[in-house]
Amino acid sequence: MTNEHEDDVLRAAHSRRSFLKRTTAAAAITLAPAALVKAAEDKLDEKGAEYFEKLPLQIEVNGKPYSLQVEPRVTLLDLLREQLHLTGSKKGCDYGQCGACTVHVDGQRVLSCLSLAVMQDGKKITTIEGLQNGDDLHPMQEAFIEHDGFQCGYCTPGQIMSAVACIREGHAKNDADIREYMSGNICRCGAYPNIVDAIKDVVKKGGVK
Amino acid sequence: MIPFDYARPATVGAAVASINKDATAQLIAGGTNLVDLMKRGVMSPQKLIDVTRLPLKEIKEANGIIRIGALALNSEVAENETIRKALPLLSQALNAGASAQIRNMATVGGNAMQRTRCPYFYDTVMPCNKRQPGTGCSALKGYNRMHAIFGASDKCIAVNPSDMCIALAALEATVIVAGAKGERRIPILDFHRLPGDNPAKDNNLQKGEMITAIEVPVNKAFAKNSLYQKIRDRASYAFALVSVAAALDIKGKTIQQARLAMGGVAHKPWRLTTAETFLKGKEATVANFQQAAALALKDAKSYGHNDFKLTLAPNTIVHTLKTLTGI
Ligand SMILES: Cc1cc2nc3c(=O)[nH]c(=O)nc-3n(C[C@H](O)[C@H](O)[C@H](O)COP(=O)(O)OP(=O)(O)OC[C@H]3O[C@@H](n4cnc5c(N)ncnc54)[C@H](O)[C@@H]3O)c2cc1C
Ligand code: FES
Ligand code: FES
Repeated sequence: MTNEHEDDVLRAAHSRRSFLKRTTAAAAITLAPAALVKAAEDKLDEKGAEYFEKLPLQIEVNGKPYSLQVEPRVTLLDLLREQLHLTGSKKGCDYGQCGACTVHVDGQRVLSCLSLAVMQDGKKITTIEGLQNGDDLHPMQEAFIEHDGFQCGYCTPGQIMSAVACIREGHAKNDADIREYMSGNICRCGAYPNIVDAIKDVVKKGGVK
Repeated sequence: MIPFDYARPATVGAAVASINKDATAQLIAGGTNLVDLMKRGVMSPQKLIDVTRLPLKEIKEANGIIRIGALALNSEVAENETIRKALPLLSQALNAGASAQIRNMATVGGNAMQRTRCPYFYDTVMPCNKRQPGTGCSALKGYNRMHAIFGASDKCIAVNPSDMCIALAALEATVIVAGAKGERRIPILDFHRLPGDNPAKDNNLQKGEMITAIEVPVNKAFAKNSLYQKIRDRASYAFALVSVAAALDIKGKTIQQARLAMGGVAHKPWRLTTAETFLKGKEATVANFQQAAALALKDAKSYGHNDFKLTLAPNTIVHTLKTLTGI
């Protein structure tokens, strides 16, 4: 799994470099001594933050309305984790390849790592934190526990969000169907057979709302 | 990701005006390709024009043609009853692509515009003529297992990764485009380009134009007899090594007309016209399918790691036709 801290540091450094490249001032700065570059960089960063203004965003997350301000480049996953402190949705790859960040937007499962937060204006988001009913776990959460649908648990929030949608979409007719429609959720621990069992169990007990 | 500005136009006119006014602006739909490429620094538009609120989601049939709005989601199209009945090949191809989550985000227009998955295109420290014209093609002598066997050039051997477009090529769809000067219609086979000397250009969409819809003619015979077969490294959620979209108009045992297109083999959806012509009027037999496949591969050229495609491709053509005709 990606080291999230390191990833963030890398990204910050990268964006600073790219930003420098794009400003007209940058042409002169690239020729200047290192200390000067550092000073200018810091200043530019401040300016950058002001220049790229935040945009208003109204969303509902797990039934709660939020009125937020976000930079356009913030993904829905980073908004949920960093700003709303809903860390249930995981950052496995950050590139759409693992499904650990799966959430529901207006009831449909999507990858929050490839969704820009600002594009979700007016939408209803459900994360793993919003699945349970008061103190009662969602039937899919219960089934994952009962069937040992995980080992390390990192992929699990994504698996569960995907599994709920999979049944709702009518794509849990048999083992092959479940495997195909759950293929967007990678489990490095290989809990797949138990995940299929958990989903079948929920279907057998009456499905999901 | 580098910072960028964001706008959300309410009309096609406003969206087209935005990309015409600002050369660094780019449309964003599902974001499943663009956000990925922006995170990696492969693409760096300075303004994103969010087209997801435009009224371009409708799927409707009129006069034997199905028109699919550019903003219709890949999952909506794949599951749509009209599409499943009249264009099952398209439904199958879409369902063979990506994952359920990605299909819920990806749009028809974005799918047609998606960039290659060549690892050197993605790796910003490596030379790549598509990403940075003039730097060279790293795949030519590099790790080129996923790469083209048809129509490549010494400048680029990348493939177009779309499954949807392979079905659209077999079904002879038309891409409807809006620009500052009005609407333009481009046959799907003329939409994507071969790399030639300018691999940076994936397709013939002009700067300042956007896709508004795709039109697909309905053919009842093809609807009864069509199959999308995708061969990949794992059973699901992987790009095609090779894929075949086949549609047959068959009477008794005789093939009246065949449509064949391949994916994973070229910079654009690859129509197998020589094989189609050969099959016309022939009996559906394994021997004829094998001969058609051999004809289809006549001009193929491999680059080392993808030599296996010279065997996999004809085998997949034969397998698809056998499965389709039940022999
Ligand atoms: C892990 C992963 C696996 C995948 N597997 C497959 C697969 O097996 N098969 C497959 O076919 N695809 C696969 N895909 C690719 C996926 O299908 C594409 O990313 C998707 O179709 C792009 O659509 P989008 O709406 O998200 O486009 P965006 O990412 O929003 O945009 C892509 C490009 O299209 C442009 N664009 C968008 N809409 C329009 C328009 N209306 N007019 C003009 N330009 C437009 C944008 O400016 C951008 O350049 C996979 C993607 C991922 C991340
Ligand atoms: S974090 Fe891996 S798909 Fe989003
Ligand atoms: S439980 Fe460890 S990755 Fe799935």
